[in-house]
Parts: sequence; structure tokens; C-alpha cells
Amino acid sequence: MPSIAKPTAIHPSLHRNELGLTIRDYEGSMSTLCAGCGHDSITAAIIRACWEISLAPHMLAKMSGIGCSSKTPTYFVSGAHGFNSAHGRMAAIATGASAANRELTYIGVSGDGDSLSIGLGHLCHAIRRNLKMLYIIENNGVYGLTKGQFSASADVGSKSKKGEPNRMAPIDPVALALSLGATFVARSFSGDKDQLVPILKAALSHRGFALVDVISPCVTFNDHAGSTKSYLYTRNNMLKATETDFVPPASEILATIGRNGAVSVTMHDGSVVRFKGVPPDYDPTDRKKVLDYLSEHHGKGEVVTGLLYIDESVPDMHELNNTPAQALTKIPFEKLCPGSAALDTLQEEFR
Amino acid sequence: MLRAGVEQAVRVNDFAIKLANVNGTGSASANGLLMQAIFRMGIPVSGKNLFPSNIQGLPTWYEIRVSKDGYTARALDYDLMVAMNAQTYERDIREVRPGGYVLYDSTWPLDPRLHRQDVTFLGVPLAEMCNAHFRESRERILMKNIAYAGALIAVLEVDMDVVEQLLDEKFAKKKALRESNHKALRLGFDYARKHFDPLPFRLEKMDANSGKILIDGNTATALGCLYAGATVAAWYPITPSTSVMDAFTDLCRKYRKDPETGAMNCCIIQAEDELAAIGMVIGAAWNGARAFTSTSGPGISLMNELLGLAYYAEIPAVVMDIQRVGPSTGMPTRTQQGDLLECAYASHGDTKHICLYPANPSECFEFAVKSFDLAERFQTPVFLLSDLDIGMNDWVVPRLKWDDSYRPDRGRVLDAAQLERIQKFFRYWPEDENFVAARTLPGVSSKGAYFTRGSGHSRTGAYTEMPEEYQEVVDRLLRKHQAAAKWVPEPVIERRTGAQFGVVTLGGCDAAVREALDVLDSRGIPADFMRIRAFPFPESVEEFLNDHEFNFIVEQNRDAQMKSLLLLETGVAKDKLRSICVYGGFPLSAKRVTDRIASQLGELTERAVHR
Repeated sequence: MPSIAKPTAIHPSLHRNELGLTIRDYEGSMSTLCAGCGHDSITAAIIRACWEISLAPHMLAKMSGIGCSSKTPTYFVSGAHGFNSAHGRMAAIATGASAANRELTYIGVSGDGDSLSIGLGHLCHAIRRNLKMLYIIENNGVYGLTKGQFSASADVGSKSKKGEPNRMAPIDPVALALSLGATFVARSFSGDKDQLVPILKAALSHRGFALVDVISPCVTFNDHAGSTKSYLYTRNNMLKATETDFVPPASEILATIGRNGAVSVTMHDGSVVRFKGVPPDYDPTDRKKVLDYLSEHHGKGEVVTGLLYIDESVPDMHELNNTPAQALTKIPFEKLCPGSAALDTLQEEFR
Repeated sequence: MLRAGVEQAVRVNDFAIKLANVNGTGSASANGLLMQAIFRMGIPVSGKNLFPSNIQGLPTWYEIRVSKDGYTARALDYDLMVAMNAQTYERDIREVRPGGYVLYDSTWPLDPRLHRQDVTFLGVPLAEMCNAHFRESRERILMKNIAYAGALIAVLEVDMDVVEQLLDEKFAKKKALRESNHKALRLGFDYARKHFDPLPFRLEKMDANSGKILIDGNTATALGCLYAGATVAAWYPITPSTSVMDAFTDLCRKYRKDPETGAMNCCIIQAEDELAAIGMVIGAAWNGARAFTSTSGPGISLMNELLGLAYYAEIPAVVMDIQRVGPSTGMPTRTQQGDLLECAYASHGDTKHICLYPANPSECFEFAVKSFDLAERFQTPVFLLSDLDIGMNDWVVPRLKWDDSYRPDRGRVLDAAQLERIQKFFRYWPEDENFVAARTLPGVSSKGAYFTRGSGHSRTGAYTEMPEEYQEVVDRLLRKHQAAAKWVPEPVIERRTGAQFGVVTLGGCDAAVREALDVLDSRGIPADFMRIRAFPFPESVEEFLNDHEFNFIVEQNRDAQMKSLLLLETGVAKDKLRSICVYGGFPLSAKRVTDRIASQLGELTERAVHR
């Protein structure tokens, strides 16, 4: 059974957000993924982030492609429309959806197969368009639903469950995104909710395309010795480049910024993302330094995590297109159709 | 002038000329100028651009047919060849009908081997004159075209005032160019007046074009999208559909800029490929926008997967397929009706799609609007199958009309108030009399939230792998498709007294087939005519086929795709349908149809005699 409804009883002592909703209101159906799957932890982080920022459920659109990762939108915010589309095509479909209605918040959940192989082209172009959305790659280095083939993110030397090593160079979504001019790039670990939740909240406030690569171990096919996407390997080799604190726009923020070693970025919606570089000189606004840092540590087999790069100055697809502030779907037909008189005038040119 | 011996009666407004040029030399504007001038003289005219898939250097042809009787299909008998491309002289001169004329650049002598006794050669020293009067090399090349246009104006008696007026309009803001054009035009005109006698065919003003316009199908399609209220357009550049989106973009700049805010009330996205283009259309339509893509055969091939998603998840999508010659890259600048089956059944699994087949730019406009209504009414992809001939050539059609009382048919979409009134929303149930269930749009109400999926689903929208739940949905989809037959355009049927058989066609074959039927009628072979305008087929299609002992199906593809579709989708007996397929890539001419019908009828009679 692919989806199991959860009981809807809510304990009266649960906290409520600004909309008066409890965190349970942001849940979805019961997960049908394998017990211990990293994806379920990411789902929990998404639920928490959406609840904490008081996102109205019906104003969220959950987008996905095909794969284990792409099933997960069923497991959060059941009050939002979801679109489980076709393998690799989520970014394209989200682009059209956003074109039609920019008022919604878009969360895309994808996997390494969906994003780095079959849908790589669409991911690259969504980055180029700076499509305003949170795009999560639940990255486990393996094809789960088809039972354990290497994906394009598998590291050289990482071993399959049968012990065969991968020999081809991986596609690193973080390095890829940075090279394409991405404006928000983060990496986290499904096992570190404390780090992931503020990153997701910051991503949801970003002006354009926010890529969050989350290492999410596959307990069934890629959690063994020799894998570089296992819980153990990730825990042992995780290197935090930044610690993120998300401050929503309505809050008093003055007291929290300006401390030593911290960088504050005001987001497009007025919220503030505060970083503390774990190496004190880490600057998430300097693309070149970020790339150098990543390359240096990748060479050492380390998994660099945190909000790695951010640039709030780049216009998103709608700003580039000069679309109205309201959704195109709200423009009345009378404004869209020039009418018979205009057609008559226009046809004077067709002579 | 070398004049062929035979004296001929003067034919007024009834001839065909062909202009053989080198691509990229600027001939298109000279040829377009002539065509437009004839149109403004009130004479029925058609122009066919037979161009190569090339930017510069390959042979290109333009044909102008003038017909006082209003026949607009491509003619195959050329009264006058304007031979401007030495590379194709041999073929071009061969194509002139006996007693016809060849106008060529006599700056260089014509190879004597190319001479024909039954054709008159009109030499105009175009290059020599242009070299003497223009300094820049590019200008010399460009103005050679205007100079031959000048010569044609003289020998065909095109109204010079009309031409000058056209140049005034065209170069209103480019005075120097206007002057050059005028000079070149006079060079050719004066030379021809001085050296040539009037030709045995010429033009004379008529009044056939009042209330008519000159427009290409792609512009008309784009206009339809604008008027239908489309707000999202996604595309990947591909010949011959690119001008649909170019025109839509221009129209949006003109009509979609909000006067108060300056914002653009549309979003046109050049996608990374056709997979993305259709994905964007589906995403936008899922959100409630009227969205479309324009493409051609190779693009449809790439879109197949997501078209199946839209079909199965029941999301509107409008696809303008401007067909070209396939398979594979094929001949990108030649015309064909080769995507009929591909569009009717696009994608894996059991799928059937609504297809509309416009015959001319008027129907491109009308059917483009209809595509959106049908797509939303039936929550499914709709194809408008135009082609290169309709899409990229200028056609004379009645002025387009718009009914200001038109409002989009958004189909069954529940708003927040309607959702409030129901107990629980299920995406694919209950259905209406057209087997369509109501949908909801994101951003309206949590009560309408559901999970759209291309994976197996039951009528409630839930994932399923159960046979009966799966079948219930796909069976309804089939009934929904069949129900659309009552909503699509009926075929055009014209009956003649004494008709023994039917002739069936579609799309851009229309003009050639009608002309062919007139010719056959004049030879004592009357036939009934039906032009199919949509799939699924309205009942009248099958009735017509069954009404006749046999029917010829005239179409532009090798495999008789429309005939196959009729056999698959109607109960008509196989021996009632006979194929006439013309698929070399040029627009259809009546002669091809009459010849093939006559020869097949001959075979039939012979067979009857031998029986």
C-alpha cells in the first residue's frame, strides 16, 4: 500500500503557529519508504520548516518527479496540491506552474537520479532562470526503486551493496549549481535536523532558486561499509562550513546580528539569514572562495555542509519577465483579449 | 526578344509564375512585394515559398499563382519563370510550359544548351544595371531582386501606384532604402518597357479582395492564442513553428502590456528542449492558466512522455504542431501531414488525443481558440495540426472575425465556495455527461488539495495497483475522448449531383482537392467532397464514408495515416477507402489529385470490365 492516512486527532497541548495550526496540520500520509530511510527525516524537517514559518498549506505546491524521493510530497502538508510528475521533469513542470501562479510557494523534492541524470538539463535551466522555488535533492547515490544501481552522484571508489566500486566521477550538485550561477546553494544531512530546518526556512525566503542537497542514506541499498553515502560515513566525514539561523521578517532582529564571526543576509522578503562560519573566515557570499573551499575539502573526502552560498541580488524569472505581482491566472479575461475592435485595426496591417 | 512562334490569346488574371532565386540574397522581399501588390489589385492570388533549410547559398523558389476564379492551390504549369539562379537554370527552364517565358539576368550569356524553342527568353541585364547604379556590394545584390520585380511589374502590368504605395509603407522610416528601392524598380521597369512586347497573360484590377486579408497561418495561430487568453507559452525553436511564437511575442508586446503597471500579462519561456516546453505547459495548465507550446514533428516525438502524463492525469495542454517532412530531421522546410497518427496516439500505453486540422489561416485562428476550450472542457491535451504550407505562406482569407461575447470555456473547475458546499473532494469522481470530473486549482482551498500523479490511480485520485480501480479510470478516459466528438468541428461536406464516389481530405490539401473536383466535374466525373476537421471523428464522417461506394482519401504522407485512422476509429469497410498520398514536401496541386483519381478510376473500370 503506497499511502496510509494518519489519524487526525490532535492533542490540545500542541503548539500553534501564527495561522493557529499545529505541526500535525503540516503532515501528510504515512510514509511507505523503508524504515530508517533518510528521506523520512527530510520530510520531518520540511514539515517543521513549513509550520515554523506559518506557510498556509493551500498556498504551497509540492512538486516532484519519479523515484523514492519523489514519493515524499505525499508525506507532508496534505492540505497542499501535489504533483508527482514524470522522471526528471519536475523542474520544467514547476517552471510552468510558477509562470502561471507566482503567488504560491514551490517545494520540489527530487533525487540524485531524477536531478543529476534524467533531469539534469532541466535542473540546470531552472537554475539559470533563477526560478523561485525550494529544490531539494534527496541524495543517496543510488537508484532505490530499481534496486541499487549507482547514480551519478556516487563517489569514485564508493562500493555497491555487492561490493563493486564505482569508477566514474560523480556529479556534485553543489559544485554544479555554483558553476551555473545558482543564487542559493546548501548541503545538509538528513540525520541533522538542527542544521536542515533553518536552511529550509532560509531557502523558502530566497528570492530565486534555492538548491538544497541533502545527503540521505538509503538503508536498503547504500548504507554498508564502503559506501560514501551511508549514515556512518556521512557522520564521520561531515564538515560544517556554516551554522545558519533564520530570522523571520516580523521578528526583532537587531539584537541578533553583528556579532563577531557572523554574516547576516537580508532576504528578499525582509527576513534575515544569519550565518556563523565554522571556519571563521568562511564567506557564503564569495562564490570563488566557496568553490575553492569545497574543492579543497572534497579532495579530503569530507562532506561540507551548511548554507554554502547565497546571493540575494539576482532577479528571479518573474522579475526578468516583468510579469505582474499577482498570478497570471488572476488577470481577468477582459484584460487578456484585445477584442474585435483591436482585431479590425490590426488587420489593416495584413493588406 | 527571342519570341516563340505561336500567337496566343491574352489571358487576364489567370497564370502562374515561378521565381528561382539563391537563398539569402534578399529575393523574399521582392517576391513578397509582387504578391502583395497583386493582392491589393483585388485579384485572387496565392504565394508559395519553397525554401531550403539553409541561411545562404542554396536554391530557393517562390511561386505566385493568379486565378480570377479563386483557385489558390499550387500550380504546376508555369507561364513565366524568373530564373535568377544559374545553379538551377536547367531544371527551372525545363519547368516552363510550352509557349511560356523565361526572364533571366542577361549580364552573362545564357548557355545555348539551355535554350528551348518553345519558350520565349526575356533577358534583362540586371547585374550590369545594378552595378552601374549602386555602389555597395550588398546593395547591388539586394537591388537586383527589386530590379527584376520592376521588370515583372512592366510585363505583367502590375499597378505601379500600388507598388509605390507599398514601398512607402514599408520604408516609411528608412528614406535611403526607399530611394534605392524606387531606383532599382525603375531600372527593371524601364528596361522591360523599352525592350519587351506585352505578354499573352497579364493582370487587371478586380474586386475580389475587399474584406480579405493576407496572412500566414502561424500569425493567425498566434492571434488565436492571444484572443483565447493564453498567458503562458513555452517553446523550443524549431522550423516551421518558430514564427508562431515570434508572432505571439510581438502580439503580447502590443496587447499584453498592462497600461497601468507596465507589467507583461503573459510569460513566454524559451525552454531548454521540447520535453521542458510541454512540461511547462502542463505545469501552467495544472495551475489554471491557458498555456500552449508550438512545435513540429521532432518536438512532438520528444513530448510524447509528458503528453501521456497530461492525458492520464487529465491536465489541459494545447500543442500547435506545424508539421514538416519527417521522419527524423527529414526536410525541415518542406511541408507534410506526417504527424497525424503520432498526435492522435501520442505517448505509451492507451492514449487518444483530440486533434484539430485547420485548412487555412482563418481556421488556424478559429481552431486555436477552440483548442483551449476543448483542452479545458475535456482536461486533456489538444493538438492543432497545421503545416508548413499553411503556417509559413501568406494566404488570402476573409478578414478574421471576433465575437466580443466569447468567454473561455474553463471546463469543470471548483472554486472555494463550491468546495465548501461539498462533503469531500475527489479528483476523478463524480463525472458529468461528458465523463469529465471537476478539478481544483492550487492556491484556492485546502479542501480541494489532491495529489496529481501519472502513476496508477483510482477515481478518488489515490494511488492504486488494483485492476478494477485502474480500469474504471482508463475506461472513463476512453468515453471522455469519444464524447469530445460532439464538441469538435464537423467535417465540411459538399455534394454534387450524380456523384459516384467521395473524395476525403484534410488540412492544407483543401484548395487543391476542391479545384481537382471542379476539374473532374467539368470532365463529367462529379464527386462528393468531405474535409475532416477533427479527431475524434464526428458521426457525420463515418456516414459520409458509408454513403459512398468508395472514397479517395487525399493526404500528404506516405503511409495513408488519415486512412489508417479512419479504419481504426470508424466501422467503415476497408475496401471503401482508397489512398491518394502525395508527400514529396511541396504543397499539393490539383493536377496531382486529378491525375491520380483519373488513373485509379481507369483501373477500377478496367477491373470491372475484366471481371
